[in-house]
Amino acid sequence: MKPPPFAYRRASSLEEALRLAAEAGEDAKFIAGGQSLMPLLALRLSRPSHLVDINRLQELGGVHQENGALRVGALVRHATLERSPDLDGPWQALREAAALIGHYPIRLRGTFGGSLAHADPAAELPVVSTALQATFIARSASGEREIPVSEFFAGPLMTVLEPGELVVEARFPAPSPGTRSVFEEFSPRAGDFAFAAAAVVLAADDGGRVRNAHIALGGVAAIPVRAHEAEAALEGEVLTGSAAQEAARLAAAGCDPSGDAHASGAYRKELVATLVGRALSRLREER
Amino acid sequence: MPHVDQHLSGDWLEADESVRIRLVANDQELPVEAPPRCTLADALRDNGLKGTRLGCEQGSCGACTVLLDGRPVRSCLMLAVQAEGGRLETVEGLAAGGELHALQRAFHDHGALQCGFCTSGFLMLAAGLLREEPDAGRERIREVLSANLCRCTGGGPILQAVLAAQRELRGGRG
Repeated sequence: MKPPPFAYRRASSLEEALRLAAEAGEDAKFIAGGQSLMPLLALRLSRPSHLVDINRLQELGGVHQENGALRVGALVRHATLERSPDLDGPWQALREAAALIGHYPIRLRGTFGGSLAHADPAAELPVVSTALQATFIARSASGEREIPVSEFFAGPLMTVLEPGELVVEARFPAPSPGTRSVFEEFSPRAGDFAFAAAAVVLAADDGGRVRNAHIALGGVAAIPVRAHEAEAALEGEVLTGSAAQEAARLAAAGCDPSGDAHASGAYRKELVATLVGRALSRLREER
Repeated sequence: MPHVDQHLSGDWLEADESVRIRLVANDQELPVEAPPRCTLADALRDNGLKGTRLGCEQGSCGACTVLLDGRPVRSCLMLAVQAEGGRLETVEGLAAGGELHALQRAFHDHGALQCGFCTSGFLMLAAGLLREEPDAGRERIREVLSANLCRCTGGGPILQAVLAAQRELRGGRG
């Protein structure tokens, strides 16, 4: 048995799970699909005193669209998003990102909330949540709070969640009419962590001018980052090939990724330009 | 010894306390007694189902793939206690009635194994995919097979074998 010892309890309701986590103290962790936590346990990078199993809490498993806004429950599996054809238009990046997470068996079990709480700098859902300006609903035994995505990630594998606090839902605000989104990443093999990833969201007004462009990048910093200069350059412009090229260049120029054994910082920068360029040309062509 | 269900309304399962876990694999109940940290893979192997292989034990290689409620899971990335109440299928259950499954025959015919260590994982992965998506196209099958690692065959013969088994299974359906 590779995981370190921990006490275990399966919760039968969200309220019970929160109470159990509070009772178990600050070294307790929640486990859902386990696709990030189980490897950490096997490698003994995480040694929780208690595991509260929330994997069967169906109350956290819904995807709802209401008045143009979207809510995704913490226990929604990646495979569910991947197979949701109604996640199109403004939400297409979510579906595309989910399809790129790990491998098929991983996606069948891995959960939306789990990926966010794990906060891997190269993970897909934190990037797409950043571009789509999500707000996360976090609950604990002592209450509920809303955490904007821009304040949620604190570093690699770190979030602002307190012990005993659980992301129960991600809320995505209603986008302006005509908003579309796409997701692009590069990894050397299917299922590997991406060297770099880009989520691009934008709307076009009646004159075909770009409004509300949001570009989020992954794999290039400790947490997902926005490409503010590229966004600003697109605002009010017609999305021509040269406007897209300039935005892609600015996105790359605005980030400063570090290198590792897999890819140098300069290579990741090149990838950012390529991925943002690809995303923008898809948004030009797939109208 | 407590049963995993009994603690649901009672106390925590202590870290190194063995507990009875009701696992049903290949329609047979397994007499599992293990602490909460025991993975599903270890529970299966410790109870005689050694066809499930443990390679990396951290979710990278897929050698430990089994079916839970008909869908492939990496049994090293799941606690045995989490699998309780589910329907498990391992490679031992694939050859129903002593006759090889179409996938097993196809792996044999196409040279889709050499050392054989990864084979049970690939068989269960493919079995789960073809059950859920019987009409999966070549690219989809290729993408799904990339979940598991084979260090002998290079993967090509495995893809050919799964495509051949799919043809046979679809033919069988009429």
